[in-house]
Amino acid sequence: MDILISILMVATPLLLAALGEAIVQKSGIVNVGLEGMMLTGAFAATLGALSTPGHPGNAVLGLLYALLAGGAMAALFAFFVVKLEANQVVVGVVVNLLALGLTGTIYRAKFGQGGGFISTQILPHLLGKLNGLTLFAFFATPLIWFWVNRTRGGLELRSCGEQPLSAEASGISVLKTRTGAILFGGMMAGLAGAYLSIGSTGTFSENMSSGRGFIALAIVTSGRWSAVGCLIAALVFGGAEALQFQGQALGIHLPYQVFNALPYVVTLLVLAFGGKSAQAPASLGRPYHKS
Amino acid sequence: MIALLAVTFLLLGVSPRVGLSALWVGAFGDADGHLYPLSETLVKTTPLLLTGLGVVVAWRGGMFSVGAEGQLIVGATAGAAVGLWGSHLPGFLITLLVLSAGAGAGAAWGYLAGWLRVRRNVQEVISTIMLNYIALSLLGALVEGPLQEKTHRVSQSNPLPNSALLPHLFPRTWTNEIQTRLHSGILIAVFAAFVVMIYLFYTAGGFKLRVVGQNPEAARAARYEVDALRLRAMLFSGALCGLAGATELLGITGRLYKDFSPGWGYTAIPVALLGGLHPLGTLLSALFFGALTAGTGHLSRFSNVSSVLVNVIQAVAVLAFVGIRAFRNRQSGGE
Repeated sequence: MDILISILMVATPLLLAALGEAIVQKSGIVNVGLEGMMLTGAFAATLGALSTPGHPGNAVLGLLYALLAGGAMAALFAFFVVKLEANQVVVGVVVNLLALGLTGTIYRAKFGQGGGFISTQILPHLLGKLNGLTLFAFFATPLIWFWVNRTRGGLELRSCGEQPLSAEASGISVLKTRTGAILFGGMMAGLAGAYLSIGSTGTFSENMSSGRGFIALAIVTSGRWSAVGCLIAALVFGGAEALQFQGQALGIHLPYQVFNALPYVVTLLVLAFGGKSAQAPASLGRPYHKS
Repeated sequence: MIALLAVTFLLLGVSPRVGLSALWVGAFGDADGHLYPLSETLVKTTPLLLTGLGVVVAWRGGMFSVGAEGQLIVGATAGAAVGLWGSHLPGFLITLLVLSAGAGAGAAWGYLAGWLRVRRNVQEVISTIMLNYIALSLLGALVEGPLQEKTHRVSQSNPLPNSALLPHLFPRTWTNEIQTRLHSGILIAVFAAFVVMIYLFYTAGGFKLRVVGQNPEAARAARYEVDALRLRAMLFSGALCGLAGATELLGITGRLYKDFSPGWGYTAIPVALLGGLHPLGTLLSALFFGALTAGTGHLSRFSNVSSVLVNVIQAVAVLAFVGIRAFRNRQSGGE
C-alpha cells in the first residue's frame, strides 16, 4: 500500500505536466519549455504561499500563483511560436533558460546569497497522504481523453495538429486553437511545479524540477499522445522511480541510474519500434503560416 | 544589451554602474592589468564555441538537435575511460587518444539520433533530449561504478595523468604570477570554427548539407542523398560536441565527475543562434557569452546577484534576436 501511494505521489507532477503537453502536441506544437514552466510554477507557488503568512488558505493561494505563472510563461512561448512563427525548439530552450535564470535570480535576491531554507504550508491531504492535485490529475485524465477523442472541440484540436490547412479551410482558427492549447499546457505545467514545492516538500530549491519536465515529454511520446497513455506511462515511470528505493531493500542491486534512464530508453524504443500508432501528429513542430 | 543589463541591475537593487563595472572587470580584467579574468573568459568560451559549432552544423543541415549536452557528456566520459585505461602510455599519445575517443563517442551519440530520424522517423528534438538524459545517467553510473576513484567515496574518477593534460597558455607574467586555467583547447576550438566554415561554405558537401537544411524537397529533386547528408550532419555535430567534452576534461577538470557539464550544450543553442548559425558569428557570440559567464561569476561573489543571471540575459537576447528577425520577415514578406 505504501508503495502504491509513493508511486501515485511521484507520478502526480509527471502526469499533470504530461496531460498539458499532450494537448499542446495534439495541436501541432512541441513545447520543450515544459521544464522551465514547471520550475516557474514551483517557485511562484512558493511565493504565493509565503505572501499571506499565517493565513490557513495560503497554500491554495500558491496554486493560483502557479497557474498564473505557468500561464504567463506559456503566453510568452505562444507569442513567439504562434504569432511570430519562431522555431519551437529555440523558444522552448529559451523558456528553460529564462525560468532557470529568473527563479534563481529572484530566489537569491529575496532569500539571500545561499538562498536560505524556506518552508511553506503544504496543500492539505484529502485522501490518506494524497492531496487535491493528485486527485485532480487522476480525475482529469478520463475527462481530457473524452474531450480530445469524443467532442467537437477535441476534433478541431487534432485537426490543427494533423492538417492545419484543411482545418483552417473548414473555419477553425489554427492560431487561436494552438494558443489556447499552449496556455492550457502552461497552466498544467505550473500546477505540476506547484506539486513539487507546496504539494509535497513545502520548500523550494533552485532548479527543483530537475529534469521532470523532460520526463513528462517522454511520457507524452511513449503514451502515444493519449491522456490514458500518459496515465499509464506516468505510473510506469513513477513506479520505476519509487521502485529504485524498494529494489535495494529487495536485494536487487542495480545502479539507481538504470532506473533514472529507464523513461528515456523506453521512450526511444517505443518511438523507434512502436509501429504506426506511435506516429506523432503529422504537423508536429511545423509553424503554421496564415496567408 | 547594456541597457538591458542596467535595467536588470536596477530591478535587483544593485547600482548599474557598480554592477556593469564588476561585470567588465570579471570578464576582461581591471586597469592594473590583471589579465586573469580575460583568461577565464576564454576558458568559458572554449566549450561554448565547440558545442555552438556542433549546433551550427546540425541546424544548417535541418536537424534541430538539442543533443549537444549529451554528446559533450559521452565525449568526456569516453575520453576519461580511454585516458585512464591508457594511463601508462606517453602523454601526447593519451592526449590524442582522449580527444579522438571524445569526438568519436560524441559522433556516435549524434549518429544515433540521426539514425532514429532517417530510418525510424523519430523527431530529433525528442530523441536528442532523451539521449541527453541517458548520457547523464551513464556518466553517473560509471563514476559511481567502474570508473570511480580508488577510495570509492566520491562520485568521480581518478585524475588523468598530468602528462596528458592540455598545456596552459597565458604566461604567468601577464597575470601577476597567478596560474591561469587557460589551456590550448581554445586553439582547437578556434581552429574548428575555421574548419566548419570552410566545410559549410567552400565545399560541395557543405553546400549540399545547407540545401538539405533549407529545402529538403529541392535537395531530393536534385537527387541529393538527403538521408546520408542528415546523418553526416549529426555525425559531424556530435563529433564537435564530444570534442568539447574531451577538451574540457583535458584542459580544466582533469577527471570525470558527476556534474561534469553545467549545461554547456544547452547554452550552445543560443550561442549558435545569436551567431547567425555562422561559424565566425558563433566564435563572436561564444566569446560574448564566455565573457558574460565569467563576469557574472565574479559579480555573484560579492553581491546578491546570482550567477544564473547569465541565463536570463541569454534568454532575453535570443528572444530579442528572434523577435526582430520575425518582424523583419513579416515586413518584407507581407503585402
